[in-house]
Amino acid sequence: MLKLKKRSPVIMELRASVAFFERMMNLMRRYIGWEIVFLAYTLVNCLTIGLIGVSSGDPQRVLYLVIGAILWGFLSLIFHELSENIAWERWEGTIEHTLMAPILRATHLAGNCIATVIYGLARTALILVVVSMFLKVNLGNANLFAASVILAVSSLSFIGLGLIGGILPLLSPEKGPQATHIIQALILLVSGVYYEIEVLPRWLQFFSKISPATYTLKAMRLALLEGKGISDLKGYIIILLVMGIVLIPIGYIGFRIAENYARRAGKLSRSG
Amino acid sequence: MRQAVIVEEVSKYFVEWKKKPVNGKIIDRIFSFLRWKRKKFYAVNKVSLSIREGEIFGVLGANGSGKSTLIRLIATLLLPDSGSIRVFGHDVNREELAVRRMINRVSVEASFFKKLSAWENLAYSARLYGYTPTEARPALEEIFKHLELPEEKLSGSLENLSRGMQQKVAIARALFTSPSLLLLDEPTTGLDPKSKIQVQSFVRKMNKENGITTLLTTHDMNEAELLCNRLVIMKEGRIVAEGTPTELKKLITNGNGKSEVAVTLEEVFLKLANEGN
Ligand SMILES: Nc1ncnc2c1ncn2[C@@H]1O[C@H](COP(=O)(O)OP(=O)(O)OP(=O)(O)O)[C@@H](O)[C@H]1O
Ligand SMILES: [Mg+2]
Repeated sequence: MLKLKKRSPVIMELRASVAFFERMMNLMRRYIGWEIVFLAYTLVNCLTIGLIGVSSGDPQRVLYLVIGAILWGFLSLIFHELSENIAWERWEGTIEHTLMAPILRATHLAGNCIATVIYGLARTALILVVVSMFLKVNLGNANLFAASVILAVSSLSFIGLGLIGGILPLLSPEKGPQATHIIQALILLVSGVYYEIEVLPRWLQFFSKISPATYTLKAMRLALLEGKGISDLKGYIIILLVMGIVLIPIGYIGFRIAENYARRAGKLSRSG
Repeated sequence: MRQAVIVEEVSKYFVEWKKKPVNGKIIDRIFSFLRWKRKKFYAVNKVSLSIREGEIFGVLGANGSGKSTLIRLIATLLLPDSGSIRVFGHDVNREELAVRRMINRVSVEASFFKKLSAWENLAYSARLYGYTPTEARPALEEIFKHLELPEEKLSGSLENLSRGMQQKVAIARALFTSPSLLLLDEPTTGLDPKSKIQVQSFVRKMNKENGITTLLTTHDMNEAELLCNRLVIMKEGRIVAEGTPTELKKLITNGNGKSEVAVTLEEVFLKLANEGN
């Protein structure tokens, strides 16, 4: 039989990191029906919320709500895709194959994160285009560069949250994915997606302060509604960066610990 | 001769939560959660064995005797609770990456992304093992030729392939990376007689020509006799017998005067793997 040449470890890791993006593209093509369904659902959701703003008669209100809907769509997608990844591979039955691949866990997770962010950005761009065709949103005042920077740094902290969310399905095949849904719902509640966090009860506002989504939404609205630039938003950018820099290693280390727990307790798969 | 795998006194237990019976008293019912008891269940119990480089080593045993658990321990998918496992000198606990680079596994159930085609699944694996799909393709095509897997089947969604075909794709996926150690967990279960023979002869060919050390579990005694240089029989997590097929047969002929030519491996299995001692 043909013998394939052995590769240097660096090349192996680099090639492996592409595997997750390619897999995602292939899955998208095969599940195109569901892609369209989810896209349509998110779109209708954004439009509905935008129309609540239209009915209020205040154009700024429309933009305020649309920013919330679209940004939440992006952030929750990253969190959801990353945290459900293990649960989904367990359901497909591929989890053992993926986890025993001869690559660093860091490569595996980074490959997954990059693929997910690209997917999220592409979907969000599409939604943005359609929504702006339906609702007359006025971006004349907006600072789009600052908005892109906010989006980039907030992705980091949501990657961190997604990795942390991914720990739970490793620990418990059934309760883990249930818990990640609850976490996602809590972030939606406390982060001021459709309202200012001041309307929340005091004790809940504490959670608002530790949710990266709160700062993302605040900063994004300042950039798009009031045209604030990077220098005005410095504080938010630093907070989001710090959150990303803290959360990503916690997610990675937590994942490693949970993976070892799963290998000890036999939680990966038991059939055969 | 170099040892490919050395398993020393390895144990693996799983925790089961058992509920003690509750009697009718209301207070007992309220506190019934206190009655959950943690119980250790040993799936692999103080197992030691060594597999020589270049050999096909068989693990036989009844359902639930711990064969797949042993394979998962060697494959770094489970961590041993005690004992040590070395694969070509690398400890599965401390050097998992080095071990993973040398092994591949075929599990009983074909583990694929069901909606993706065989080629798409294989492209994913190729990349995980450091090859581009284009590099991997000739090796894969050659394997498919041997296993008589029609190429036109490989572009459709994998869930539409028969179980036997899926199993062949899984075997190709494990072999194209030319692992130094191949772990085969019931590779021919569910295959028709012809496919079975194809897979068996391919496993032997890979072992002969490329010197791939192979660990094989099977419930097919003919297969075990045909392929394996040496065998162990497991029972309730322990090894109860070890040797070449002929040596194992001698074990049960001693004493009843029968010649070992007259007994089958099946008789050996029924005697050693099932009977109480
Ligand atoms: N992850 C796990 N969690 C809990 N129990 C497990 C797990 N994996 C295996 N077991 C238990 O350990 C025992 C050994 O299982 P194993 O799968 O190793 O048996 P086997 O010899 O491969 O059986 P079969 O011939 O049916 O494939 C069984 O009782 C099984 O229920
Ligand atoms: Mg088994």
